[in-house]
Amino acid sequence: MRRHLCERSIEASLFLAALASVAITLGIVGVLAYESWGFFQHVPLSEFLTDSQWTPLFSEAHYGILPLVSGTLVTTVVALLVAVPLGTVTAIYVSEYASLSIRETVKPILELLSAVPTVVFGYFALLFVTPLLQRIWPDLPGFNMLSAGLVIGVMIIPYVSSVSEDAMRAVPMLIREGSYAMGASRFQTALRVVVPSALSGIAAAYVLAISRAIGETMVVAIAAGMQPTLTLNPLEPAATLTAYIVQVSLGDLPHGSLGYQTIFAAGLVLLIITLIFNIAGHFLRKRFHHAF
Amino acid sequence: MPSNPLRERSGIGTGQKQLDRLFALLGLLAMLVSVGALLVLLTGLLMEGGPRLSWAFFTSYPSRFAEQAGILPAWVGTILVMAVTAVTAVPLGIAAAVYLEEYAPKHWLTDLIEINMANLAGVPSIVYGLMALGLFVYQLRLGQSILTAGLTLALLILPIVVMATREAIRAVPKSLREAAFALGATKWQTVQHHVLPSATGGILTGLILALSRAIGESAPLMTIGALSFIAFLPHAPWQPDFPFLSFEWLLDPFTVMPIQMFNWVSRPQEAFHVNAAGAGLVLMVMTLGMNGLAIYLRARYRKRIQW
Amino acid sequence: MPTNLSSPLKADVKHLSFFYGTVQALKDITLPIAGNHVTALIGPSGCGKTTYLRCFNRMHDLYPGNRYEGQIVLYPEGINIIDPSVDPLAVRMRIGMVFQKPNPFPKSIYENVAYGLRIRGATQRNQLDEKVEQALRGAALWNEVKDRLHHLAFHLSGGQQQRLCIARALATDPEFLLFDEPCSALDPTATSRVEELLAELKQRVTILIVTHNMQQAARVSDFTAFMYQGQLVEFDTTKTIFTNPANQLTEDYVTGRFG
Repeated sequence: MRRHLCERSIEASLFLAALASVAITLGIVGVLAYESWGFFQHVPLSEFLTDSQWTPLFSEAHYGILPLVSGTLVTTVVALLVAVPLGTVTAIYVSEYASLSIRETVKPILELLSAVPTVVFGYFALLFVTPLLQRIWPDLPGFNMLSAGLVIGVMIIPYVSSVSEDAMRAVPMLIREGSYAMGASRFQTALRVVVPSALSGIAAAYVLAISRAIGETMVVAIAAGMQPTLTLNPLEPAATLTAYIVQVSLGDLPHGSLGYQTIFAAGLVLLIITLIFNIAGHFLRKRFHHAF
Repeated sequence: MPSNPLRERSGIGTGQKQLDRLFALLGLLAMLVSVGALLVLLTGLLMEGGPRLSWAFFTSYPSRFAEQAGILPAWVGTILVMAVTAVTAVPLGIAAAVYLEEYAPKHWLTDLIEINMANLAGVPSIVYGLMALGLFVYQLRLGQSILTAGLTLALLILPIVVMATREAIRAVPKSLREAAFALGATKWQTVQHHVLPSATGGILTGLILALSRAIGESAPLMTIGALSFIAFLPHAPWQPDFPFLSFEWLLDPFTVMPIQMFNWVSRPQEAFHVNAAGAGLVLMVMTLGMNGLAIYLRARYRKRIQW
Repeated sequence: MPTNLSSPLKADVKHLSFFYGTVQALKDITLPIAGNHVTALIGPSGCGKTTYLRCFNRMHDLYPGNRYEGQIVLYPEGINIIDPSVDPLAVRMRIGMVFQKPNPFPKSIYENVAYGLRIRGATQRNQLDEKVEQALRGAALWNEVKDRLHHLAFHLSGGQQQRLCIARALATDPEFLLFDEPCSALDPTATSRVEELLAELKQRVTILIVTHNMQQAARVSDFTAFMYQGQLVEFDTTKTIFTNPANQLTEDYVTGRFG
């Protein structure tokens, strides 16, 4: 009986630990919702969504989230233009072409690349990539979204390549052999059979990479500038949702002020956007696992 | 080469072969971009910051004069914050993983926990920082302290710890559990004496990876207001009198390596950029070292299981 | 050896050995394949019959460390197709294969059948349409799928999928078809349909079939080779192998005493 009681209490405490993750979610949603509620008491939702300026700390304050969203959009698109082709081709190469020894070497290197602290990537974007780009565009400002986006792109290659490679390698060998037996080359087999078979898994990789790029903070805070600007030109400096939060955190805004609440409103927008992508990615991955 | 009808009959075959080779080359190049990026990062930091590394750099406080500035509070802060993170995330994460793998009945609540865990892993780190700012700093009044920072990072890496532990536990064969149950062991005894010890290698690998991720994180700590100009050390975790341990440091303000680096990068003067490279180099050695260790451990552990 | 290999040879296997790394899986096999006939390979699991079959379309080239010795001479040209100078892609263009488990691609029925033509560079729609219909008719599948050619192949039944794979192989007009236990995943009805198909197909192509099922070998094949532990034990007309085998081991196997 005592043994039984002991088992029960252990199970109960393990259950509580598992429940902690739910508590974290509640904490995140709760804090963001609570502080944003305060914010939306002062700023109507219509202004928040349509005003083209974001100047909450100026005397003539504007609270339009669009400039921050556009900054996030531009850096994310630039990053994807780098990461999707490179990551996908790398994944196809590693999964379909590379010998075992190359695969065993490359995978850890990609893993190391994804482990590099983001602040280091930021350093390179500002002090290495931007000067390089300025040789091509001499007028390029020191802070610009192009350089930040390119570096984020390289940073998220491992996310694209490792998840898509997993998806491709999960395609049964039997299906590949069916293609080879028809006289198809490696390239034809990879492109016409393996990639279509792994499509939802590859799509999941892209979606997760998008979510990573949107949430990336340090690279944009260091290299893209912190000036909220409504522009789609990657050669200009602009703040992203994340960079704005950092900028405010660096200052000393009093707790409870409207300025303080703005970062939670920006955070809420960020959370909602990434959540949409994460759920889509989750769904795509599930669908892929069903296929095989 | 003698004429070979099998070759000639398929005129398309040769074109395909060239395309095949072309793509192999393209793949190799794409792969080299990633490998090259890592090399550029390392050599760049080494060339810029390497000469800056000296005994004084590790033992000095930040300073207005770049040449005199050092990373003492930063690396001490990193170690103390990591200690809090590990002490929180490790037991919590392992316990949650054990529950989900060994105990959890299939019902809506465990489904919810699973989905929730997957989603948490995708939440941007800075959002954790906002949560910590509202909850730890102001609601619980823990201030902008080492404790707050450690807890924040612990929550951030919790999903990673749980996922890695679950994977390691899943790799333990069913037969081992059945053998223990057959001898009359209770569920917890089986987990404690058989499952967890067999999964140690995998769990350890996951923990190292999770902590290395935490070491490099700066965004969530910036939102809770980690100071970057800290010209003092936190209270020592030990004291001469009974009980010899002191926990005053938990509530001390702090800085950590990545934030110190961010601060130096953001300054316009070039001399501070050199300091940033030095700090970046130390940071890279820390994280890449831990990752390398984890990759090595995993490879060794896999081999041992196979044979 | 069969005395009445009357029809011209499609292939002649001479002293074929095969190695997975250092493990020898086939030992010095010599075996003629008669054109426009069905030759069955029987033997217990692990005897090397599938390994042997996969030498004919160089499937072993897909994996590192594999090595062939000896010759597989393909007629009418008389070329050794396992010679390293021969392009395996070119071999596979002429020798089709149907696998143990149906392995349709995740594409429509139409695109599955058209696959071989597409990778050979065919793009003309009406030409493709015609070939696809021909192949599906040849595989006795046309009437069942003609209204849903653009549905996913995964939605077909197992037997239909296997006939689709046969149609896929037929679409490119191969001279030689390899069947690796094509009915092992099928129910009896689907099996008999595939068997009927084999009888029709041999008018046009040479067939080499691996089977685990001795009744099947007796029903569909003209010649039978019995393999054991990587070696060819006996090769003769199917009738002789099943009624009057020369070797004791063959007799024990075909009468069900082992295997």
